[in-house]
Amino acid sequence: MTISFKETLASGKFIVTSEVGPPKGTNLEKMIHHIALLKESVAAINLTDHQSSIMRYPSLGAALLVKEQGGEPILQMTCRDRNRLALQADLLFAYSRGIKNVLCLTGDSLVVGDHKEARGVFDLDSSQLLAAIRTLEKGKDMGGNDLDGTVSFCAGAIVTPEANPLEPQLIKFEKKIEAGAEFIQTQAVYDLDKFRDFMSYARQFPVKILAGIILLTSAPMARYMNKNVPGVRVPQELIDEMAAAPKGSTLSKGIEIAGRMIREIKDDRICDGVHVMAIGKEEVVPEILKEAGL
Amino acid sequence: MIRSITSQKSMEEIERLLGDYNRVFIIGCGTCVTLCRTGGMPEVLQMKEKLEAANRLVTGYMVLPVACDEITQEALAANQSAISEAQVLLIMTCAFGVQTVARRMDKIVIPALDTLFIGKERGLGEFHEVCRQCGACIIGETGGICPVITCHKGLVNGPCGGTKEGKCEIDPQKDCAWTLIYQRLKDMGRLDLMRRYQGPRNHQVVPRPGVFFVPQEGHALSWPKGATKP
Repeated sequence: MTISFKETLASGKFIVTSEVGPPKGTNLEKMIHHIALLKESVAAINLTDHQSSIMRYPSLGAALLVKEQGGEPILQMTCRDRNRLALQADLLFAYSRGIKNVLCLTGDSLVVGDHKEARGVFDLDSSQLLAAIRTLEKGKDMGGNDLDGTVSFCAGAIVTPEANPLEPQLIKFEKKIEAGAEFIQTQAVYDLDKFRDFMSYARQFPVKILAGIILLTSAPMARYMNKNVPGVRVPQELIDEMAAAPKGSTLSKGIEIAGRMIREIKDDRICDGVHVMAIGKEEVVPEILKEAGL
Repeated sequence: MIRSITSQKSMEEIERLLGDYNRVFIIGCGTCVTLCRTGGMPEVLQMKEKLEAANRLVTGYMVLPVACDEITQEALAANQSAISEAQVLLIMTCAFGVQTVARRMDKIVIPALDTLFIGKERGLGEFHEVCRQCGACIIGETGGICPVITCHKGLVNGPCGGTKEGKCEIDPQKDCAWTLIYQRLKDMGRLDLMRRYQGPRNHQVVPRPGVFFVPQEGHALSWPKGATKP
């Protein structure tokens, strides 16, 4: 029997989640393999929702697959592609099929994706989506109409602790908690001293915080993220460490660094857990966790 | 001053739209498109040269003072003979001008420009889209800066994760609306306004298209059927 993510959050144990990106197409073999690999080693698996605005198999379908395989899915839902009717309908559907965890996101801009001319919806934003979930739970839809059969979700959201300027992000973070977020996944963190500063502020809120860990695969990849991914800062020491790794073993170095960071977060109880993102390299997540001593 | 901001369509598209129509009358406008350099006299003359080089006959051309104004009808009448010789009108104004002319003339009209947005002039030759006429103004709580249009995603509760050193991730030329709003409210000691939750927006204050009748004296202002009073 799978332990629900809500129970995991309440357990006080160090929480580990990870994520799987659905495929572009209907060949689900690789995703099924990744789900099988992850479901035993993490508390819950996020299913990304057209990540980076690239059209893929839907997160809802992928979450059902996790459920069918006996795993615990966290359904990522962005506000980019659906208006409030479609979002509410998908929430009803998800709940009816046993999907009880939702991560509410604004969604990337369409211009970064592979359907650049599409219309961005953004009828709701992430905090309004969280509020909508809490409204549905009270047996009403957003129009104030009664529901015949209601929902109950464990809802989460994200924060970027290294954004610059930071305070606007923190204001939004607090709004998300007020709107009903029970857990928060962070954008990738690499500078744990700075993350400790963020946590000394964030601890005051009644919310579980999972530090985002993105596996570094090479020094150029780290530099690319610094240049192109807002809110991600890989410190120079880590880039140097990746660059110094012998040819052919940069991935193992990345696994070592990720494992080391998770171990420090866990040993020092910096936050409540980690969310491991091994974009495209899901098969090494168990190795990262082994390296972390989990 | 607000201006209709335009850009010229490619000549390939203009040629495709003109198709077999050989006799063309060109119309520009003396207001926004003159300022944007997309449909003033110099651009009209350039277009004339290009069409003639492509073996089309330009029966005449004119630059209307204000194409979107109702006086356009009289200005067109003054050029009646050259216009009547043309099979088609190639219009180098914004879509407001094109439609004003189209309603007055029994001829095919072809827009030579794309209308991009209604821009507010901030400096010489610099225009910004600052309002999208949504019908539910919230700038009283956002330091006078509209996030509905200034934020690429139209977010009303704060920045997304794509904000980067005060700029928007989609274009380093564009400011992050929420960094601007934050700075403004912080300077005024009113960050409490930013902390206030904004509910989902009403997208149907005026179900599009908007239609408005100036209320007559003694009558209450009437809203289009189905619209929610803001």
